[in-house]
Amino acid sequence: MNNPIDVVKMLAITKSFPGVLALEDVDFALRKGEIHALVGENGAGKSTLIKVLTGVEQPDKGVIELDGKSVHVRSPQHSQELGISTVYQEINLCTNISVAENILLGREPRRFGSIDWKKMNEVAQQAIDRLSINVDVTQPLGNYSIAIQQMVAITRALEVLSAKVLILDEPTSSLDMHETNLLFDVMRKLKSEGIGIVFITHFLDQIYQIADRITVLRNGKLVGTYEAASLPRVELVAKMLGRTLAELDAMLKEKSQEEEEKEQQHLVEAKGLGLTKSLEPVDLELNANEVLGVAGLLGSGRTEMASLIFGITAPDTGSLIVDGEKVNKFSPLESLKRGIALCPEDRKAEGVVGDLTIRENIILALQARYGWFKFIPTQRQSEIADRYIQLLGIVTPSAEQLVKNLSGGNQQKVILGRWLATNPKVLILDEPTRGIDVGAKAEIQKLVMQLAEEGKSCVFISSELEEVVRVSHRVAVLRDRKKVAEYAGHVDEKTLIQAMAGET
Amino acid sequence: MKLTSFLKKIRTSRIFWPLVAWALILIFNAIVAPGFFRLGIIEDPVYGKRLYGNLVDIFNNGAPLMLVAIGMTLVIATGGVDLSVGAVIAISAAMGAVLINPALGNQLIANEILTRNATNTPLPLIILANLAAGTLCGLWNGFLVAKAKIQPMVATLILMVAGRGIAQLITNGQIMTIYYTPYFWFGNGYILGLPVSIYIVALVLILAWILVRKTAIGLFIESVGINAKSTYYSGINEQNVKLLAYTFCGFCGAIAGLILSSYVHSADGNNNGLNYELDAILAVVMGGTLMTGGRFSMLASVIGAVVIWTFTVTVYSRGVPANALLAAKAVLVLLVILLYSDYSHRLTNRLFERRGSQHDTAH
Repeated sequence: MNNPIDVVKMLAITKSFPGVLALEDVDFALRKGEIHALVGENGAGKSTLIKVLTGVEQPDKGVIELDGKSVHVRSPQHSQELGISTVYQEINLCTNISVAENILLGREPRRFGSIDWKKMNEVAQQAIDRLSINVDVTQPLGNYSIAIQQMVAITRALEVLSAKVLILDEPTSSLDMHETNLLFDVMRKLKSEGIGIVFITHFLDQIYQIADRITVLRNGKLVGTYEAASLPRVELVAKMLGRTLAELDAMLKEKSQEEEEKEQQHLVEAKGLGLTKSLEPVDLELNANEVLGVAGLLGSGRTEMASLIFGITAPDTGSLIVDGEKVNKFSPLESLKRGIALCPEDRKAEGVVGDLTIRENIILALQARYGWFKFIPTQRQSEIADRYIQLLGIVTPSAEQLVKNLSGGNQQKVILGRWLATNPKVLILDEPTRGIDVGAKAEIQKLVMQLAEEGKSCVFISSELEEVVRVSHRVAVLRDRKKVAEYAGHVDEKTLIQAMAGET
Repeated sequence: MKLTSFLKKIRTSRIFWPLVAWALILIFNAIVAPGFFRLGIIEDPVYGKRLYGNLVDIFNNGAPLMLVAIGMTLVIATGGVDLSVGAVIAISAAMGAVLINPALGNQLIANEILTRNATNTPLPLIILANLAAGTLCGLWNGFLVAKAKIQPMVATLILMVAGRGIAQLITNGQIMTIYYTPYFWFGNGYILGLPVSIYIVALVLILAWILVRKTAIGLFIESVGINAKSTYYSGINEQNVKLLAYTFCGFCGAIAGLILSSYVHSADGNNNGLNYELDAILAVVMGGTLMTGGRFSMLASVIGAVVIWTFTVTVYSRGVPANALLAAKAVLVLLVILLYSDYSHRLTNRLFERRGSQHDTAH
């Protein structure tokens, strides 16, 4: 039995990749003329679900229905022919040709075998006007902002491919407030024309601003689909993180004592540290002998904050003071010399060097500090590597094993070893326990607390509140690229979730 | 057991496959052209007793390619490529030629200058200008790739195209014939009966090896090639690593230009080092360095260059006309690609492992 207003219906979709069950029995339905937010933390299965819908991946099990008819989406092109279009965060249009050409690429109106430019510009202008935005279609696309380029991409999806379903994958992540509102106007207009829109975003504010319904995924499973109006924010966040409110209340009751931290000289002090479109100005202090927990959902600015303190990107406002000295040069190498270390969030892309051995990976940062010519002799390298293999309990037959052959948890330990070898004063860990097994998780948590006891300052960033609460002496909460709260002493998860959701 | 692990060590060594390829070509020659390996000693009017024969020629003529392959190895190891080395050879050759006789750059060839066999520029200065020109070209490439973040293929394409024009500007559009005997030593001279160019290749290879393996540079290059982002996050200035690789590649191209122009007694902006970039890339790939970057071996690349030259000489000695050489080379490229494919690696692994396990059970 089909609900006549469902334009897309996905039933019991299951998809596994080697070693991972990416989607398990997930149902999803998109109505005509609705904006449907798809939310979940990294690895929740959002992108796999979209890939299945757009034919990039074939589901192992499950049925996709379009307008009530069961369809087999063979390829991305096939999905476009069926009327399902996707506009990605990175726009795949050509910035050096005109807006009109971009919209009608491959479908240019022709006259006597050559392109009928006049007609093309007319058609394109009409299509653009449908979105009520002010664009001259004869101008090169590159002359317009990212937001407009995105709308051109939408226009192309609607016009050329006559889409019934529009998937917007993180469309607002590189837009500012004004541009976002512009996009929302367009989305509302399309909605009124009966187009179903799937909206993927990490910004909670935006979900509540525009979405009619919300589907929450977690760990490849469907948590549920809810009317946005009847789902309070706190509950949404709790669902994304996998906690029930009752659980949180229970935790609140058994909450206990906390120790007062003594006044100290701050190791690191950030004053109004910020970067446009990345992080609103933040005040933050890091102290020795202390673990600062950072709680926040993906996209809350937690990784951006870590990047600023470690100098991956230079801030454009505020200042950073390390050991009483103002930082002027921002780069990982400078941070390394100042005694700041970062275990990055994306272990594969930013952490390990897969085709190097464990030994080489571990000494990499230390060697970076020594420079090009003070080469650590191989014998000494092996000693250092063996020491951290033992200390961190890295499971491997030898230090000469390639890092890419290790499990996620062991890779994480290798990166930890790389930084501990440089004997840092401040250790920033961005999602150090993501995707690793329970045993290794506990070991890393223990290690962080131990390091703080030994006098280091640790920053522990995680979306698993349970571990943030467990290891931290102090917790900062980020939401929508802003630091919204800070709690000294032990806090409970419920307070954190409320702060993360923006409801008090 | 011990033998199989020893065999495995040989088989997984980087120089194994290029040596196999070389051996195959040599075996082919041994069968179809027994005279191929003939070596003799003759009395050279200038350099005294020296060795001659196909094998000597392969190393002598192949020296510029070997040099370029050494530099190209480092560039490819960082995950890049340098298409401009051929043009760099032309620029450095032109630089040397024009300094030997500056007058030639400005006016048409005057006979009395040509016969003088002398120059006003001291030889060390000529060599220095030669090397500086190429190194500067490399620095330029490195700047475009590392600092301006242009894709290596596009960035070096600029100099690949413009370089030949620059070379012709230097020589004022002429093919400059060089008449200066001391300069000829690099491409035609002999030490202890062996060509000077072989010694130069060996010297550069050893110095490069020391520069790369006795410092952290080699590790950094490999790390950048495997994962530039992780490398940067570890506190390594990945831009400078790339800058160094491209600059060194330009330096190698300059030495190649010196030897080449010395060997042919002229500088020709259009033809010096033509297609060398492609041969060098092929040599590096044969040496087992991945085009995506990472682990590298300069020695293996040099052997790759030897294979290419042995192949070239073989093809010529079989009477294939020069203009058909490229077609023959295409066959070589195809064979190399097949030999290095995952498929054939799996195949040989299976072959060796099965034999190994039989060996084990026999004991």
